[in-house]
Amino acid sequence: MIKFLSLIVVAVFSLSLPAAEPRGTGDMGIIIERANGSVLIIETTHNSQLYRVEGLGDLSHASAVFSRDERHAYVFGRDGGLSKIDLLSGTLLKRVMQAGNSIGGAISQDGKIIAVSNYEPGGVKLFDSTSLELLSDIPAHYAESKQSKTVGLVDAPNQHFVFSLFEGNQIWLLDAHNPKQPKIQKFADIGLQPYDALISSNGRFYIAGLFGEEGLALLDLWQLDKGVQRILPHYGKDDPKKPVYKMPHLEGWALTDDYALFPAVGRNDVLVADRRTWQLVKKIPVYGQPVFVMSRPDGRQVWVNFAMPNNDTVQIIDTLKLAVMTTKKIGKGVLHMEFTPRGEAVWLSVRDEDKVQIYGTEDGQLRGELPAHKPSGIFFAARAHQSGL
Amino acid sequence: MAAIAADITLQRQDELLYLLHQDCGSCHGMTLKGGLGPPLLPQVLQDKPVELLSATILFGRPSTPMPPWSFMLNADEATWLAKHLKGQAHD
Ligand code: HEC
Repeated sequence: MIKFLSLIVVAVFSLSLPAAEPRGTGDMGIIIERANGSVLIIETTHNSQLYRVEGLGDLSHASAVFSRDERHAYVFGRDGGLSKIDLLSGTLLKRVMQAGNSIGGAISQDGKIIAVSNYEPGGVKLFDSTSLELLSDIPAHYAESKQSKTVGLVDAPNQHFVFSLFEGNQIWLLDAHNPKQPKIQKFADIGLQPYDALISSNGRFYIAGLFGEEGLALLDLWQLDKGVQRILPHYGKDDPKKPVYKMPHLEGWALTDDYALFPAVGRNDVLVADRRTWQLVKKIPVYGQPVFVMSRPDGRQVWVNFAMPNNDTVQIIDTLKLAVMTTKKIGKGVLHMEFTPRGEAVWLSVRDEDKVQIYGTEDGQLRGELPAHKPSGIFFAARAHQSGL
Repeated sequence: MAAIAADITLQRQDELLYLLHQDCGSCHGMTLKGGLGPPLLPQVLQDKPVELLSATILFGRPSTPMPPWSFMLNADEATWLAKHLKGQAHD
């Protein structure tokens, strides 16, 4: 009888508290299902799916950042939607339509402000990270009655944000100490058509890739008076640019002790620059036009995926030899990669096969697979504690 | 026009639509409302001739990010896509 009663007590208890065990979110993450407007919430300890959250709108090209307590994900949708998700309960807490067409976002150093980068109307908007209330609107006017798409938005130390103007050929540095009236410092003529950018993990170097010309634009945030420098200016001079079927991304700064690795635009190369002089050291020939060039957290390997028609393959670069060491056929439509926080595994989304694959990085072996509907971006909560992500 | 639709099998039409929403979508948005590339919706394209659009698809637009697709699409397929974008019936 006592046993029977306690069974009932347990049953009632677990009914009222479905998420029985409290847990942390440090091993959690989200996977964007681009066609359905949904995201999967997953965990990387047992490689399982925990929830599917629906109703997020058009998620092609969506990206996400995390609150500093790693509890919430903020998802930036293509259709201008900004959504706040609770990782623990797997629920959509709030969603605001903040623009017609947007490309990505960032969270401030103190975690209080969400910045969103928009194509239409071109500019950046700042939101309160708790309420998603609009704090300020910064249209990207660069000439009389001309407004630019904004790209490459990142957070930077001292409560700053940095972004670039695709048509305006500028980099803007935003001081958001007073988010209702941010101060803007503008750097003009940085090079033609910056298409994306990244910031070094220490928050010092902001680098924008250029589509309209060869080279990249570098801003040293520790020495703003030096202005924007052009780096790797002639990286393709003996090798004409080919058409680009998917814009490369500059995210996941591929950095080793001595080198920085970047995707070349319209060429089958990964560029290697010396971190001190920013001179081109080497071009590593790769399988196709690189899209993501991402370093394992320790910098020992760099994984590269490619634009179509080569998007069924990834290559792994050995960063001591600066050469491709492994070529892997994965499956059709490898869109994104994300390393676990300490890099023992990497998750790959394989869009056309409706799955996510998990590889060990030490032996390159497949460790697991999860079904996902047209998966694209994969973002782990540990990003919360990395500047620029 | 019937001839054009007849030349493209239903299976190929599916492939073209998949390409349009997934791969063209990486620049034009999956629902074609625009991204780095302009929106490709019927109301935006209504004044643009099919020939212009299909030439853009086949040959790209130099010095813009719009790439040429002639390595994987033939002229009939590009025309089919251009008409589809303009919201014209294919038969
Ligand atoms: C790498 C980015 C990119 C991809 C991928 C891409 N486009 Fe484009 N597309 C553009 C850009 C940018 C323009 C605008 C060019 C200009 O400024 O004239 C454009 C223009 C066009 C236009 C002309 C629109 C107009 O109003 O004149 C059509 C039609 C078009 N694209 C169709 C396609 C189709 C179909 C595909 C896939 C088979 C595709 N695009 C893939 C970037 C892209």
